[in-house]
Amino acid sequence: MRPFTYSRATSVADAAKSAASVQGARFIAGGTNLLDLMKLQIETPTHLIDVNHLGLDRIEKTADGGLKIGALVRNTDLAADRTVRSDYAVLSRALLAGASGQLRNKATTAGNLLQRTRCPYFYDTRMPCNKRRPGSGCGAMQGMSRSLAILGVSDACIAQHPSDMAVAMRLLDAQVDTMGADGTARSIPIADFHRLPGDTPHVETALQSGEIITSVTLPKSIGGTHVYRKVRDRASYAFALVSVAAVFDAKGGTRFAFGGIGAKPWRTEAADAAAKSGAKAVAQAALNGARTTHHNDFKQALVERTLASIYRQKEARA
Amino acid sequence: MSSDHVTRRGLLRGSAALAAAAPGLSHAQPASPVKEGSPMTPVELTVNGREVHLQLDPRTSLLDALREHLHLTGTKKGCDHGQCGACTVMVEGRRINSCLTLAVMHDGEKVTTIEGLGTAEKLHPMQKAFIVHDGYQCGYCTPGQICSAVAVLEEIEAGIPSHVTHDLDRVTMSDEELRERMSGNICRCAAYPNIIAAMNDVAAGGKA
Amino acid sequence: MKFDTPAGINPIDRGRVIGIPHDRIDGAAKVTGTAPYAYERHDAAPNPTYGWMVGSAVATGRIAAMDLRAAEAAPGVLGIVTHANAGKLNKGNFNTAPLLGGPQIDHYEQAVALVIADTFENARDAAKLVRVDYAPGDGKFDLSAERANAAKPPEGGFGGPPDTAVGDFDGAFAKAAVKIDQTYTTPDHSHAMMEPHATTAAWNGDKLTLWTANQMIAWSVGEVAKTLGIPKENVRLVSPYIGGGFGAKLFLRADALLAALGAKQVGRPVKVALARHQIPNNTTHRPATIQRIRLGADKDGVIDAIGHQVWSGDLPGGSTETAAQQTRLLYRGANRMTAHRLATLNLPEGNAMRAPGEAVGLLALEVAMDELAEACGVDPVELRIRNDVQYDPEAGPQRPYSSRKLVECLRAGAEQFGWSKRKAKPGQVRDGRWLVGMGMASAFRNNLVGKSGARIGVDAQGKVIVETDMTDIGTGSYTIIGQTAAEMMGVPLDAVTVRLGDSRYPVSAGSGGQWGANSSTAGVYAAAMALRAKLAEKAGYLADKALFEDGLVKLDNKSQTLAALAGREGVWAEDSMDYGDLDKRYAQATFGAHFCEVGVDIDTAEVRVRRMGGAFAAGRILNPKSARSQVIGAMTMGAGAALMEALDVDTRFGFFVNHDMAEYLVPVHADIPHQEVLFVDELDDKSSPMKAKGVGELGICGAGAAVANAIYNATGLRLRDYPLTIDKLLKAQAA
Repeated sequence: MRPFTYSRATSVADAAKSAASVQGARFIAGGTNLLDLMKLQIETPTHLIDVNHLGLDRIEKTADGGLKIGALVRNTDLAADRTVRSDYAVLSRALLAGASGQLRNKATTAGNLLQRTRCPYFYDTRMPCNKRRPGSGCGAMQGMSRSLAILGVSDACIAQHPSDMAVAMRLLDAQVDTMGADGTARSIPIADFHRLPGDTPHVETALQSGEIITSVTLPKSIGGTHVYRKVRDRASYAFALVSVAAVFDAKGGTRFAFGGIGAKPWRTEAADAAAKSGAKAVAQAALNGARTTHHNDFKQALVERTLASIYRQKEARA
Repeated sequence: MSSDHVTRRGLLRGSAALAAAAPGLSHAQPASPVKEGSPMTPVELTVNGREVHLQLDPRTSLLDALREHLHLTGTKKGCDHGQCGACTVMVEGRRINSCLTLAVMHDGEKVTTIEGLGTAEKLHPMQKAFIVHDGYQCGYCTPGQICSAVAVLEEIEAGIPSHVTHDLDRVTMSDEELRERMSGNICRCAAYPNIIAAMNDVAAGGKA
Repeated sequence: MKFDTPAGINPIDRGRVIGIPHDRIDGAAKVTGTAPYAYERHDAAPNPTYGWMVGSAVATGRIAAMDLRAAEAAPGVLGIVTHANAGKLNKGNFNTAPLLGGPQIDHYEQAVALVIADTFENARDAAKLVRVDYAPGDGKFDLSAERANAAKPPEGGFGGPPDTAVGDFDGAFAKAAVKIDQTYTTPDHSHAMMEPHATTAAWNGDKLTLWTANQMIAWSVGEVAKTLGIPKENVRLVSPYIGGGFGAKLFLRADALLAALGAKQVGRPVKVALARHQIPNNTTHRPATIQRIRLGADKDGVIDAIGHQVWSGDLPGGSTETAAQQTRLLYRGANRMTAHRLATLNLPEGNAMRAPGEAVGLLALEVAMDELAEACGVDPVELRIRNDVQYDPEAGPQRPYSSRKLVECLRAGAEQFGWSKRKAKPGQVRDGRWLVGMGMASAFRNNLVGKSGARIGVDAQGKVIVETDMTDIGTGSYTIIGQTAAEMMGVPLDAVTVRLGDSRYPVSAGSGGQWGANSSTAGVYAAAMALRAKLAEKAGYLADKALFEDGLVKLDNKSQTLAALAGREGVWAEDSMDYGDLDKRYAQATFGAHFCEVGVDIDTAEVRVRRMGGAFAAGRILNPKSARSQVIGAMTMGAGAALMEALDVDTRFGFFVNHDMAEYLVPVHADIPHQEVLFVDELDDKSSPMKAKGVGELGICGAGAAVANAIYNATGLRLRDYPLTIDKLLKAQAA
């Protein structure tokens, strides 16, 4: 961990401003991912701006019936929130499927959106990795890639997005609310928030320098049956091989989002449109353009199986 | 010798500590690339009911502050990356991995470690139950397991759901719930069923 | 004291303290966090400095240049150890590769430097500034590619001869009515104990003290002395608490050597803990295996030909994973062969992990037995009963087992588990979204004994003190040694103080190979017999007539208190237990039967263990409470091997890719539901005066195979490449 200076931000505007003005500054909230990476010098900020005391930890109903979730709301609190449990259960389920109780007590809503990949070549600083060291090559593509992405990948990077929460957020069409260094607020649709690797895998989000996430806003609940199905190598405390978030809404509409398979939380209109045709059709639509390796090609079959499991359980309940 | 060693020895003698930390209201100072090492930062914590004042390198994790500066070595370092749970402590009443947080981020906060739960002479009921049910072997993950176990019973009591909660609005006690909620605490000796038995004992016996 | 004839009735048989399920006497220290581990010795080595290891970035080759200037100039840096300034270092007898590399590099993450600084943060940071330029070399990293080049390893070591043959295996196998010929693979495994390798080192003149996490104190004293070229007398190892070992801490490793070198260089105590992500590639691991098993049986499943070939790899000069070991001893068959072949691989050093040999050997053999049971239409429990043999099947009836209760374990375990409810045909049982199946396997682990010493005394209060360099790595040594001393001296357990893990105490057998419990308590028995003789003599009683109970030494209706006899000075005695040839004349082993029920998700192929059970015979169970914990823990490690544990080899760069606890998965609470353990009554009078045998490794032996067989019973999918993960199950299903 490189030396850094540390300060506590006193207002959102100040935080954004100083983040933009100090070269190498980073916000720190829960710290569960950033400090992990700083210890390995994968992240080397020179200045940390602690945003834990900005009052961004409230969950409020919006005027149009949605829900505004403060950037600093902890995963535990978001999952346990009464409104989230009843109206956005897929979000509760996704959060609770992630990490451990201790980590969820610390990890924040905004931090989770910014969670970086678990690719082992990204994590070993002696290995080539275009995400960690642009231009150094990809160690994973010809290496051990069992856990890595099959959708949205590029010649430069096949890293997977590891978040569970973000998959549910993607499913629910969340908006990421931010404030820029110049004090301008904007809302970024979650679909546009995470960037695909292309030839710049080190650029992961649409955030500008200094821009701080202030909240995440969910539109009005669409009701229906909410499911988050996470498949992993052990029963708990492991990243997804494949996860599927699904909502079967009251009007017969169905939507799906996928984790563990994409360079970012994955969702396609085609998959939603195929819902009535069943698991195989949905999988086919979702996996259009998939690019696999010898190690991770099983994820295609597993997506279909996970969908089949969801359909089976839905039928069993009906 | 660096100043934190001096501070620490002062603390261990129970003598007057250094100047109290200013409340965390300082504005972000423009930082130049640091060459001289990290400037020491004052940190004030209430650990197991006792106020402590430290001068810390900002890079110091809460875990290392406890182990290396306060000599509270009951909290263990198993992985230092949030992958094992051996470092679990309670901060402001919630269990967290003390390895993945900076001490300076907790300035002004209350920390409870295994040493604060009980002593050999006056064991916490969970500590006693771990002995009776052999809820450990090598003992290295044990303080973290016990801190988590205490917190888990409180979380269930508070109605916080888990991955295995069937109805998100009805949180109940079960072995399945305990196992899921304890999964962030790895025990390679694998005293798992014994730990669950200890927790059931404490839950049945009422709260400590 | 020499143990060379079967034990008769002795004071241990009284069973007032020994054999009782006592709480651990070190329990309060562990649950309150006050038990001091190696990196926590603020009491003994105040004001330490902090060392951070730098590991090699390449698997083979040489260091072309090292530039330390930036690191040396970094804040707080006090010194840097490298091969260039460490002085001459010898390689320890138990190390395959030097612990400090350079200029030659032997494996990825081999230590190339230790950076010492005033704080942990400064040391960790400065270590990143050490610049090493490598001239990388070539290497071999792929066991399956090297299988054809694997050679017959040299004789010797723990595993017996590389090749064995009895009768005419080829002829008998060719003629067998039912044949199984299958190949199984097991991956590299990591011990992943919770406490990283850690050491605090301090020099006082030319005397070195290491507070370290080490299972084998006397071995490692010798290794430290040899490596540094200093007399053994100048080395002290202190290791009272060890946060798990499983074989990872049997030897001198880089943390201890580098801490010693660093402390010498900076003239202050240095402490070093390996970072978690360094451990899998810097330290040892259980090597991967390829195993071919051939079973030839008659139509009733009675084995006539049994063959087991094993291929594993290690660094040049390294050792074999002796996975065919149990196949020499477990089942009948007049025609037998085993063979081990060793390939050269430039991966990190392979070495012992919990039950080396059997742990992975049974993952293969016991699945092959399940395949044979199905091929013959015989129940798997019954198949094993039919193939039981009460003597060493290589040596014949002239070498009987000292005690072999495999059949009793199979029957008792099956009864307790409800085995009779199993459907022989796979894929028959459904519970919601789960396909449910049951599987079983035999458990077998050799019983090893080793010379072990202790010192025991009584003080003026009548309290008993025991000292031995034996270690407690979670195994319960403190308690069983205390129980042994209490039983022998006739005092309650709380009147005994046990001091372990210090090279100033008499040399014990140490913790490894499941020999520790039986051997170390036998050493305490020997010392206690000597103390009893001294006290009886003081009392004026005949030693072999005197009774030691209730804090008294009694003869007929006379008695004297231990306290009075001890006097102000106390009375001490020291002895060790040494062994004759009983383990040559008798085959000695521990046995058991594992049972497992799994659910396999009908869609996703997720496997969940629903329950595990087993029955075990391991001689006298010294403390059923801690012994049960040993067994359930080992069963869990077996389930891990079956379902998730694997170090993934990158065969281009030559390293284990998933080198942390987020990526090398071991079972968590949610993976392990109910576990039942039953101990079958057994006293083995040829093992030691304790009539005990080891149990700490028996529990892993066969446990994973029971899981694999349960998966087959649930699904009809027979996987032979461990771990049995979702991707493999889906592929098998699609095939």
